[in-house]
Amino acid sequence: MTDTTYLNIKSTKLHTYDAIVVGSGISGGWAAKELTEKGLKVLLIERGQRHDHVKDYKTASQDPWEFGHGGMTTQAQKSDYPVIHRGWAAQEAVMDAWVNEKDCPYSEIKPFTWWRSYRMGGRSVIWGRQSYRLSDLDFEANAKEGIGVDWPIRYKDLAPWYDVVEKFIGVSGIKQGLAHLPDGQFQPGMDLNIVEKEIAKKIGTHYKNSRHLFIGRVANLTSDLPGRSKCQYRNRCWEGCPYGGYFSTQSSTLPAALATGNLHIVTGAIAKQILYDKDNKKATGVEILDTEDNKTYEFKSKIIFVCASALNSTWLMMNSATDVWPEGLGSSSGELGHNVMDHHYNLGASGKMDGFEEFYTYGRRPNGFYIPRFVNLNGDKRSYLRGFGYQGSASREEWQRDVAELGIGVDLKNMLTTPGQWQIGSTGFGEILPHHDNKIMLDQRLYDKDGNITTDTNLGKQKTDKWGLPILAMDAELRENELNMRKDIVEEMKQMFENAGVKDVNIWDAGHNMGHGIHEMGTARMGLDPKTSVLNGWNQVWDASNVFVTDGACMTSSACQNPSLTYMALTARAADYAVSELKKQNL
Amino acid sequence: MDRRTIIKQISILTGAAFVGGQIFMQSGCKTDGQTTKALLTNDQIALLDEIGETILPQTDSPGAKSTNIGAFMHKIVTDCYSTEEQKIFIEGLENIKQSFETKYSTSFISANEDQKTAFLNEVNTEAIAYRKAKKYEDPEHYFVMMKQLTILGYFSSEIGATKALNYIAVPGKYDGSYPYKKGDKAWASS
Repeated sequence: MTDTTYLNIKSTKLHTYDAIVVGSGISGGWAAKELTEKGLKVLLIERGQRHDHVKDYKTASQDPWEFGHGGMTTQAQKSDYPVIHRGWAAQEAVMDAWVNEKDCPYSEIKPFTWWRSYRMGGRSVIWGRQSYRLSDLDFEANAKEGIGVDWPIRYKDLAPWYDVVEKFIGVSGIKQGLAHLPDGQFQPGMDLNIVEKEIAKKIGTHYKNSRHLFIGRVANLTSDLPGRSKCQYRNRCWEGCPYGGYFSTQSSTLPAALATGNLHIVTGAIAKQILYDKDNKKATGVEILDTEDNKTYEFKSKIIFVCASALNSTWLMMNSATDVWPEGLGSSSGELGHNVMDHHYNLGASGKMDGFEEFYTYGRRPNGFYIPRFVNLNGDKRSYLRGFGYQGSASREEWQRDVAELGIGVDLKNMLTTPGQWQIGSTGFGEILPHHDNKIMLDQRLYDKDGNITTDTNLGKQKTDKWGLPILAMDAELRENELNMRKDIVEEMKQMFENAGVKDVNIWDAGHNMGHGIHEMGTARMGLDPKTSVLNGWNQVWDASNVFVTDGACMTSSACQNPSLTYMALTARAADYAVSELKKQNL
Repeated sequence: MDRRTIIKQISILTGAAFVGGQIFMQSGCKTDGQTTKALLTNDQIALLDEIGETILPQTDSPGAKSTNIGAFMHKIVTDCYSTEEQKIFIEGLENIKQSFETKYSTSFISANEDQKTAFLNEVNTEAIAYRKAKKYEDPEHYFVMMKQLTILGYFSSEIGATKALNYIAVPGKYDGSYPYKKGDKAWASS
């Protein structure tokens, strides 16, 4: 890295690049790496602040007693981060990762939980790291069932790019030979613990090997990679790993992009609109807003990669080329902002496993088991479409167990200082169908001073963020197919646990707001026809061929696998295509 | 399934279901806990030290008082609890002080271990009964708060993590069938 890598937006003279990448998260980091390595001069735009590898992982090497609140968040944080406090992500060590919700509001026409991290690396620093390939079961489903539109690609188009990505980021896992969950380029897999192994064996026997429980495929290293050490089993990935033990922009793609000398970065800079030349039908660059002083700047480029995270990428397009299309760049199909998806979860089952008292675990494994989809597959037929997978783990009770109904004194202390009974829990992740009426839009409603919606233009004005920019309104919900699937998710898990000898099995379903799965996707889907999709099979905006959208916004269906690996593969593939098209002077 | 069962299930998965904690607490949180005036007096903090020590006493490892558990509880109640939770906690603390003095004609702090333990066992029994009868929306019993805070503060302290439990900052590997002998200490998990 040179001193000129991070540009001072106010004084830079460099305003023209080969490519601009909007967003530095999982997808943007890959775009920056691929484009710089192929020789392009790239400007990477990040709306949040710089967050340097290791140096800025402030809590990552602290001991638990160095935290002020035993992991709990304060009333002040609850006030500033109300959405994050809807779930388990509100933890003392990682509150700096989350966006200040007062500065960056959004509207919920229907409840929508949006987990945002606005700083260098985005959610790549705090992602769950589970990494699974999609298969043709997923790519063909829309066409076979007449849902949404057909994917313009098939597994064979993406398979070589999954290879590239897995090798580079380091995914540990074990090959299973399942057609619907293709094997990849894995580092050695982590171990199941002794109870998980027992349950895996019993599930395999009971279901005659038609159902499988195996160790999660996770972007944590089990072998060193250049500049990165293997996982140390601290299970503190969210705080940033000082060993580079898991994939993040900072540990992996950013160093590669920087090594080319072709990368420039601006932080604290919001991409406000894509500049569009209606005569040439091409984008010419990006207008940037400096978050420090609200001033705007124009940067020019031949191509643009939009990787701002699904909903923000669509927000950017909605704010672009509005003189040509009132609903924004990419809206000519009427599908921009529509077909919001996620994975529905917040439900599962848990129970106790007797015995195994002579065994414990050593090390804190940042990974659990995976049970891939088994419904609507290989002759199985359900009353709903698509399917779900499960993630979970077994462990002995530790001191965090529920103490409310226990006694006090020496007996309590002896109980809490020794491991308790083995228990196992599992959470379902279900596919959400693309539905045209599940949508996001710019919130153009008027609000009075008390925040009530009004039609009186004298009293009301539109809500904006801290910088006066329009905000998103979310109008999406689970529908019949998902709700029917949810009943099956808990019931099947309960039966599997019981068939595997788990005792006192409880099921739970805490409901699911859209977005809560942190896998929000869709709103600028890929397709075969510009009349019904926003992007083509190379992630190019139909209406502006030099604009590529390669994050979750592009997804045509959601499948039920964790999606980040697919975003990376799609980004690498699109970047390769973009450079070859540039060389042919087609862009 | 009721909310309580759901929380119990989630707490099994996440190991976190504390009063003032994140789970389902988004509604009804007031944010005026940032008072400049100390919420508790030094006497009250000293009383909390004794209550904490009775909940997790010295055994072959030091008790909760050695970790300044009263000051920890004060900090969490001040920073993390809602106004309503603070009120319940402080009234509960005063209730322990007064009821104990009425019953034993001496202060909690100067009483012997047997008296303290017997008394708090009664409070604990009352808390468990309250909890079984309460509706989900009803607030938690103050003694559950004290128990939770004692356990959280003690086991996340250096003494609790390294003396009462077994703490390894960087395990470096994973063994999923690690041999265990009855009585071996549990891990301080992070």
